[in-house]
Amino acid sequence: MAQPANVRGMPPTSPLSVSGIHLSYGDVRAVDGVSFDVAEGEFFGILGPNGAGKTTTLEIAEGLREPDSGSVRLLGEPPWPRNLALLPRIGVQLQASAFFDKLTAREQLETFGALYGVTAARVDEVLELVGLTDKAATPEAKLSGGQRQRLSIACALVHDPDIVFLDEPTAALDPQARRNLWDVLREVQARGKTIVYTTHYLDEAEILCDRVAIMDDGRILAMDAPARLVRDLDAATRVILERGALPAEQARALPGADQVAEDELSLTISTRSPAPLLSALAERGTLDGLQVRTATLEDVFLELTGREYRA
Amino acid sequence: MTLIETPRERTAARPASSTAFLALSKAGFLGFVRDKATLFFTFLFPMMFLVIFGLLFGNEGASGTSIGIVGDGPVISALERSEAVEPTRLDSAEAAREQVRDGDLPAYVEQNGDTITLRFAASDRTQAGLVNGLVAGVVNQANIAATGQAPRFTLDAAQVEDESLKPIQYLTPGIMSWAISISAVFGAALTFVNWRKKQVLRRLRLAPVRPMTVLGSRLLVALGVAVLQFIVFVGVAMLPVFGLRLSGQWWLAIPLLLLGTLSFFAIGMLVGAFCKTEEAASGVANLITLPMAFLSGALLPLDAIPQWLQNVSLVFPMRHLNEGMLDVMVRDQGIGALLLPAVVLLGFTAVVGLIAARVFRWEA
Ligand SMILES: Nc1ncnc2c1ncn2[C@@H]1O[C@H](COP(=O)(O)OP(=O)(O)O)[C@@H](O)[C@H]1O
Ligand SMILES: [Mg+2]
Repeated sequence: MAQPANVRGMPPTSPLSVSGIHLSYGDVRAVDGVSFDVAEGEFFGILGPNGAGKTTTLEIAEGLREPDSGSVRLLGEPPWPRNLALLPRIGVQLQASAFFDKLTAREQLETFGALYGVTAARVDEVLELVGLTDKAATPEAKLSGGQRQRLSIACALVHDPDIVFLDEPTAALDPQARRNLWDVLREVQARGKTIVYTTHYLDEAEILCDRVAIMDDGRILAMDAPARLVRDLDAATRVILERGALPAEQARALPGADQVAEDELSLTISTRSPAPLLSALAERGTLDGLQVRTATLEDVFLELTGREYRA
Repeated sequence: MTLIETPRERTAARPASSTAFLALSKAGFLGFVRDKATLFFTFLFPMMFLVIFGLLFGNEGASGTSIGIVGDGPVISALERSEAVEPTRLDSAEAAREQVRDGDLPAYVEQNGDTITLRFAASDRTQAGLVNGLVAGVVNQANIAATGQAPRFTLDAAQVEDESLKPIQYLTPGIMSWAISISAVFGAALTFVNWRKKQVLRRLRLAPVRPMTVLGSRLLVALGVAVLQFIVFVGVAMLPVFGLRLSGQWWLAIPLLLLGTLSFFAIGMLVGAFCKTEEAASGVANLITLPMAFLSGALLPLDAIPQWLQNVSLVFPMRHLNEGMLDVMVRDQGIGALLLPAVVLLGFTAVVGLIAARVFRWEA
């Protein structure tokens, strides 16, 4: 007997598939028709300014809220209503750090771990993963912001879930703590986890994510690999020289130079073909202090919404 | 979503809920013993009331009327045996007269052969009347005894309560009921408000743990704290300075106290379901526990309040807890005295707990 075609030829189901979800709070359309699929092992970012609907989208995907319409399949199952079979396979870090009062870092992890039947050895492993081994005996309330976020991520990972949801894990951290956390997130991805995370730092998403969805006003405006989004923007590359390194007229005559602008400090040449322009500059020996700026996700956001990105 | 929604949840194999239950209970106990403010309101604060009231009323009513005695003879011996007077032996009539004049003693009795002398301070008429009556009674009995005849009429007079019903005897169960209500109502209400605010509830919802396991662990903490309170309060009240004397089946108070804790916990859950902030929750919890304690006879004797308020207080679990505890701890009653309070407390818990579970919210 022939197998049904849809089983035989089907690609592996994606760990998370969200289609056409809507959710309003009264008059506020927090999520207004959002669809996306996340592939296994992918680091997927949902970006956007505050109030864009990132948290609400995540909550619906996790099964914390029922959408007004649309559907979600998480690891092949609907996450709503509360699906106890699914919960051990997902890890969630919430936007507020949800900890028990007065417990040390290790005790927090042990308590959350026990909800999943996790052993003490695993607790040590996770502490190590997030770099908190030497803070194990420190009360959670005495940890720094970055350490607390890492503990929160550890609590989401303690039961070794297949997919992890992280809601703005790097918000309100200083640059050093953010970079430490990036290392942790990369390590988590290296262990084969699928990561769905939100951030309002576009630069960070560009560095970390395999694919991003840019959200504004409850909708996804664009979704792709960050590099491809930037490339598709077809924005000019800007080559910036120290003022006086080259007269403006000469700059205009260079191969590939589309536009030249000058201010008190610098001379900026816009180009769509940076390679010939840069080699011409190299031939002239005017590479001192030269900077090349390509477009970023912020430019993509500007292009999509017509306004400057403000987190 | 309410606590009693479980039928809609699909169940499947998951970690043993006993592991989760024990871990959550342990986390709860650690949180309790490490929080100084909670420890203060659980133990020291009610203890202050016990100590102040205990010392203030400590000897009142316990001792009989004090009286000086001088010399020897049947009347003096009878006075010494009497429960009603507290005799102080003095060397001479002069010394005794001195003390009465100074107001240190209300009166003294001297027996010198067959002559009985009673001298009293008239400044306190009540005391003087009491002493006169007492001594006259003793002298009359001695007279009858001296005739060798059996007395024709005998008067059998005794207090209804345990003879040792000093204030500490009713202060201890009362203040303990109040203290347990504070810790259980505040404990439940603040935990749920705080957990909702800090998204711990939401985090627990995303873990494969049943609401009943979470609730049960908090209940275990509340019951454990109540037992600790019982041990500490009874232990302190039994110190010689306070002199609590427990009656035979005092341990019957423990099941009663656990039932009381259940009903206070249910009140706390209800408060925790309605309040959004910890401040609001502790305000409401105060608004419930304090009047309940006053109207239930836990802090004041019941007969100090009007009858209609006494009737109103029958709806409070503390009223029944307090009565039951008095019965078994100091009134020397047996298991029968538990029946009514236990039924009322269980019923109260069931009704309020069900309402609380219905209005329970996971989200702010
Ligand atoms: N519980 C809620 N009640 C009412 N409005 C809400 C609630 N949560 C979010 N919103 C509104 O929905 C919109 C999206 O919010 P959110 O998903 O939190 O955005 P983001 O996480 O991107 O900052 C915002 O306008 C916010 O004010
Ligand atoms: Mg958010």
